Amino acid sequence: MKQNKSPLSPEEEKLFGDLMPEELNEVLSSGLQRRHFLKLMGLASAGLLVSHMVGAEQLFARSVEFDEIPDLIPTAIENGINVSFKVNSGTKKVLIDSRMTLLDTLRERIGLTGSKKGCDHGQCGACTVIVDGNRVLSCLTLAASCEGKSIITIEGLAKDNELNPMQQAFLKHDGFQCGFCTPGQICSAVALMKEAKEGQASFVTQNIRDQAGAVMLSDEEIAERMSGNICRCGAYPNIVAAIKEAQTGKNIEQNWLFAG
Amino acid sequence: MIPFKFSIAKNQSEALGLIHQHQHAAFLAGGTNILDLMKEHVAQPTEIIDLGRLPLSTIKSTNTGISLGALAKNTETANHPLIRKDYPVLSKAILAGASAQIRNMASNGGNLMQRTRCSYFYDINMPCNKRVPGSGCAAMKGFNRMHAIFGWSDQCVAVYPSDMAIALSALNANVKVMQQNGSERSIPFTDFHVLPKDHPEKDNSLNHGELITSIELPKNNFASHSSYIKVRDRNSYAFALVSVAAGFELEGNTIKTAHIAMGGVAHKPWRALKAEAFLKDKAATFANFIKAADLEMSSAKPLSHNKFKIEMGKQTLIHAFEVALKG
Repeated sequence: MKQNKSPLSPEEEKLFGDLMPEELNEVLSSGLQRRHFLKLMGLASAGLLVSHMVGAEQLFARSVEFDEIPDLIPTAIENGINVSFKVNSGTKKVLIDSRMTLLDTLRERIGLTGSKKGCDHGQCGACTVIVDGNRVLSCLTLAASCEGKSIITIEGLAKDNELNPMQQAFLKHDGFQCGFCTPGQICSAVALMKEAKEGQASFVTQNIRDQAGAVMLSDEEIAERMSGNICRCGAYPNIVAAIKEAQTGKNIEQNWLFAG
Repeated sequence: MIPFKFSIAKNQSEALGLIHQHQHAAFLAGGTNILDLMKEHVAQPTEIIDLGRLPLSTIKSTNTGISLGALAKNTETANHPLIRKDYPVLSKAILAGASAQIRNMASNGGNLMQRTRCSYFYDINMPCNKRVPGSGCAAMKGFNRMHAIFGWSDQCVAVYPSDMAIALSALNANVKVMQQNGSERSIPFTDFHVLPKDHPEKDNSLNHGELITSIELPKNNFASHSSYIKVRDRNSYAFALVSVAAGFELEGNTIKTAHIAMGGVAHKPWRALKAEAFLKDKAATFANFIKAADLEMSSAKPLSHNKFKIEMGKQTLIHAFEVALKG
């Protein structure tokens, strides 16, 4: 009998055979690892993959999950912490340096690069994620303090191929220009819907003592409650319209005048 | 950030034990300020003790008023039905500070422990007596537009940044603290934060290794006549140039007692004792408001770039009085 089916296509196998022969057997026996990809990246940047374009394209199109990082064990890093938390639909267990923020852990270790590092000092909101139902800044959260918590990032808002209503509203109203702040804006706005439903107050709430229940958000309320998310392109009128549309479910016209 | 050992305290005595063992240890609650300071190398703890598991996040009625758990979040505190109803000045002050995300993270105890946002304190290339005692004060002759006009010393002109604390000062709160030996002590809010004098490195009267467990709010009779007014460079998400928390206990149109504190003007929440004394048993009139504000601001000592805070402080006081009177 022939061997079990190879993890590689014939083109991929040829690429490894020609360019990384010493790794071929390892890949065949235990599958592709992160370090193989790192080496491929190096070859690609040196222009050495041109003769194997088909195999390279197939390799880079692979969606490979690296849940474990097998070459690091707890004693391998100083002040290493094993932490496990739920991210979107699945539980992640990672070994991290105690200094790692939730943002760096999501981006650099779990591969969820939707949350953005804007200022890294809690001033811009680009890193906003939803932890246990509340919007927080992942750049000012130590990942080590997240044991057992449940985190939703921009990648977890859509259900299969159906976008979250807030994502749809941002698209419809062009709630962005460059898009860098958008994941934070949308996560923030999604959590804002819950806060408004619960009747949470803001600094512009007319009468704090009057606790009338759910809040229908005015332009002024949205501006105040979203002030932790900065948009350098200035898409604010579009963002406000998108949030109003997502809350009311009605078509909303943009208001260009409230900046006065 | 320098490397640090991270541990999670299971209970109060473990937290106190851990902090006692390490001179360069720090407690972690919401982390919104200390993490930022660690990234800038302004704070360099070698041991971080996470308080997240301690049962200190309850907000409850007591015989004397309300007890705010030290680990209750700012958002939860500002929105608690009893706080919105009986302590609206506190809700308003909390909601005037930071952003929704930061208020969701920040704890009540941590809010009191946040450090000045003086840009010279944050820049480790600059002399700063608060960061490195004896190194000098770069703000004194630098850009000091945001700095103090009351109570500063030749060692430090920084201001205390919290909005929440300004309301707590006007409300005569008490800070409950657990000491190393497990016994508790209570610190009147006006004594909690201190003026810089010769030791600006000290922000407050806590000793190393003490743990804030709760903030106690006494009952008050001015919920319907209180206000929090904040003046800042942006409409939202900016520190105060000047802020005022005010509450009047009224009998008819007479002010029985006035409770007034100012933010953005001193190294601690500035209790406006002169204005309070003037307004006591006086008619709540615009003319009296102006006199009280003038009197309070008469002892202000501006720096080279913040003379404007005197007039701004006066107008903010008057406005806060008017809003409090209207209710």
